[in-house]
Amino acid sequence: MRAVLHAEWTKLRTVRGWVVALAVAAAAVVGLGLLTGGQGSCGRNGPRSECVLPVGPDGQEVTDHFTFVHRSLTGDGSITVRLNGLTGVLPRKPGLGGPPDSTGPQATEGGTGDGQPGLAPWAKGGLIIKDGTRPGSTYAAIMLTGAHGVRMQHDYVHDRAGPPAPATTPRWLRLTRAGQTITGEESPDGTAWTTVGTVRLPGLPATAQVGTFATSPQFTWILGGGRGVGGAMGGPSEVTATFDNLTGRDTGPDASWSRTEVGGDASPQPEQLGASWRVTGSGDIAPAVSGISGIGTTVSQTLAGTFAGLILVVVVATMTMTAEYRRGMIRTTVAAVPRRGRILLAKATIIGAVTFGLGVLAATVVVVVGGRVLRAHGVYLHPAAPGIEVRLVVGTGLLLAGAAVLALGLGALLRRGLTAVVAGIVVIVLPYLLAMTVLPPEPAKWLLRVTPAAAFAVQQSAVSYPQVDDFPIPVNGYFPLSPWAGLAVLAGWAALVLGLAGFSLRRRDV
Amino acid sequence: MRRALHAEWTKLRTTPGTVLLLLSVVVATVGISILAAAATDCPGGICAVDITKVSLTGVQLGQAVVAVLAVQLIGAEYGTGMIHVSLAAVPRRLTVLAAKALMLTAVVTAAATAGVAGSLVAGRSLLPLTVTDTTVLRAAFGSVLYLILVGLLALGVTTAVRTPATAAGLVLGLLYVFPIVGLAATDPDFRRHLDQIAPMTAGLAIQRTTGLDDLAISPWRGLAVLGAWAAAALLAGGLLIRLRDA
Repeated sequence: MRAVLHAEWTKLRTVRGWVVALAVAAAAVVGLGLLTGGQGSCGRNGPRSECVLPVGPDGQEVTDHFTFVHRSLTGDGSITVRLNGLTGVLPRKPGLGGPPDSTGPQATEGGTGDGQPGLAPWAKGGLIIKDGTRPGSTYAAIMLTGAHGVRMQHDYVHDRAGPPAPATTPRWLRLTRAGQTITGEESPDGTAWTTVGTVRLPGLPATAQVGTFATSPQFTWILGGGRGVGGAMGGPSEVTATFDNLTGRDTGPDASWSRTEVGGDASPQPEQLGASWRVTGSGDIAPAVSGISGIGTTVSQTLAGTFAGLILVVVVATMTMTAEYRRGMIRTTVAAVPRRGRILLAKATIIGAVTFGLGVLAATVVVVVGGRVLRAHGVYLHPAAPGIEVRLVVGTGLLLAGAAVLALGLGALLRRGLTAVVAGIVVIVLPYLLAMTVLPPEPAKWLLRVTPAAAFAVQQSAVSYPQVDDFPIPVNGYFPLSPWAGLAVLAGWAALVLGLAGFSLRRRDV
Repeated sequence: MRRALHAEWTKLRTTPGTVLLLLSVVVATVGISILAAAATDCPGGICAVDITKVSLTGVQLGQAVVAVLAVQLIGAEYGTGMIHVSLAAVPRRLTVLAAKALMLTAVVTAAATAGVAGSLVAGRSLLPLTVTDTTVLRAAFGSVLYLILVGLLALGVTTAVRTPATAAGLVLGLLYVFPIVGLAATDPDFRRHLDQIAPMTAGLAIQRTTGLDDLAISPWRGLAVLGAWAAAALLAGGLLIRLRDA
């Protein structure tokens, strides 16, 4: 076997065109990765324009923007309120495909002033207890949402579902603090209470701010499968929560209320609570995301050049097999190594190892340098944990290697370079392209589950949270399979095709 | 020229794969179009997407088969050494290339027309598509032209590089890589420029019937961009076949 490997390595190494093409493949991954960055505005307009997101208790970046009517609570205590329904304003739906009397696409950027009535699914109103009013501080909240019923959330990433409840009918909510333990309860009528959740907030100081809040996230109208049809349009939304029937036990001596826009510029205003009061807010209390509902991008963006490299790798890998047929070299090869399965295995090992190495090398450069280039150009880049960066780098290498082995198998199976190259590119690249440009989300997800293109999931670094409407569909950079499962799909295809190729190579006359 | 054309026609007609490839153009185009149309639903007759473009999705796979056909047309001659015979028989090399281009145009027109017509028929039965709209007709006619131009682009590239596999990789790379890089680009200006010069994105602008305002390039000008790519490829191929030793 060593001799076969050595022979195949020599064949690959000594064809100048292939060496050049593989070098160009690596260069394309690096070049396109560094080129596509674009420009952002973070830090470009003076020292105060840096994009800095608040950091939550677990160290991740968060969005923390809401309207808070609050007072201090020292030590243990409880607060109960009746939330008398939510109303809201959404950005106006763009006119495409709308009723005939609409006057065409409307300007949708900007405020909610020209919006239409409606509630964002994750519009929130309810009770919250929080470590002061600093964005990113620890909190726990019980809330009614636009379309997801009653929820208990804490520390940005944790979300627990309560009973489903319409956003327009009154709902009773209660938040109780006992030490570091916060209990959220809800009731349809104020007498029969159910506990939605009990959470521990280790960082909550003795004196916390407690009160009613409202906030409503960015809302997006999805118009089609991809950006080719205008894609998605949206803007900020707004919610108004009406509260009454406040009762609070042991809320301490400082019982004066103030109204603060957490995460906003305005300073707190003193507030006189009447029998009923309204809280209107826009923003979100949630983990920060990179998609259309968030800001910035992820380091995966720098791996865009993988496709160009992939096509070159497919061509070279196919030709390592088909060139033998074209030149009649295959007869010499088979005469030298009569066990044909070994030839195929040796070729797969060599081309797989070489492309893996190139992929790792190129991905390391773009992930490390590309991230800096993006930041230097003022694009907000979500930090990725070192483990994720390693996965992106190794995954890109494995992706190229898997594609190379698949292409090699196709070459051995079809014996003609032309058909094998086209088949290789069509099964790997075309499904991705169709999923990203023309297809609606459902068939796009299906394609990215079953075709070899599923392996691109290994390059995803955006995290999807159920409590953030970031549209986890392929066009926004969210793949239907987990990174390693996606790669396994490609590996399965490669193994299948290589197996078929080995079978037919043994059966047929070269 | 007439004899060169006749010779090319005989070669094309008697090559075993030709009929299969032409049928594949039709099947690939119609098949993917049907899948895409079936996957799109229009609640209440209001479609969020451009249904004409969705009905013609298959062109994106059909073009790969057209590229194979075009690459094989001259690439196979280089592979087998047949090119020496062809050039000995017709010493005016540009005549050989022109005859091949004309023959390719003729057969691709037939296959593309069948594929596009089949896609529209499928689109009409699955989606609320009115086939007689002028914009829909423009998209249909333009899609046929698009496939012809992709074929000519592939012919030119193959004449220049001579190895079929390399040529196929180059052509498909040229078609598919631009839109993917464009998708990843965050800079809207960069993306717009990319969409304006990319053979596939610009060329397929002809399939749009709604939202023409936010296209990077208008339909006919987009097709002209692809035409320029094809012309440049044929020019390069023509120069090389004339200047170098076969």
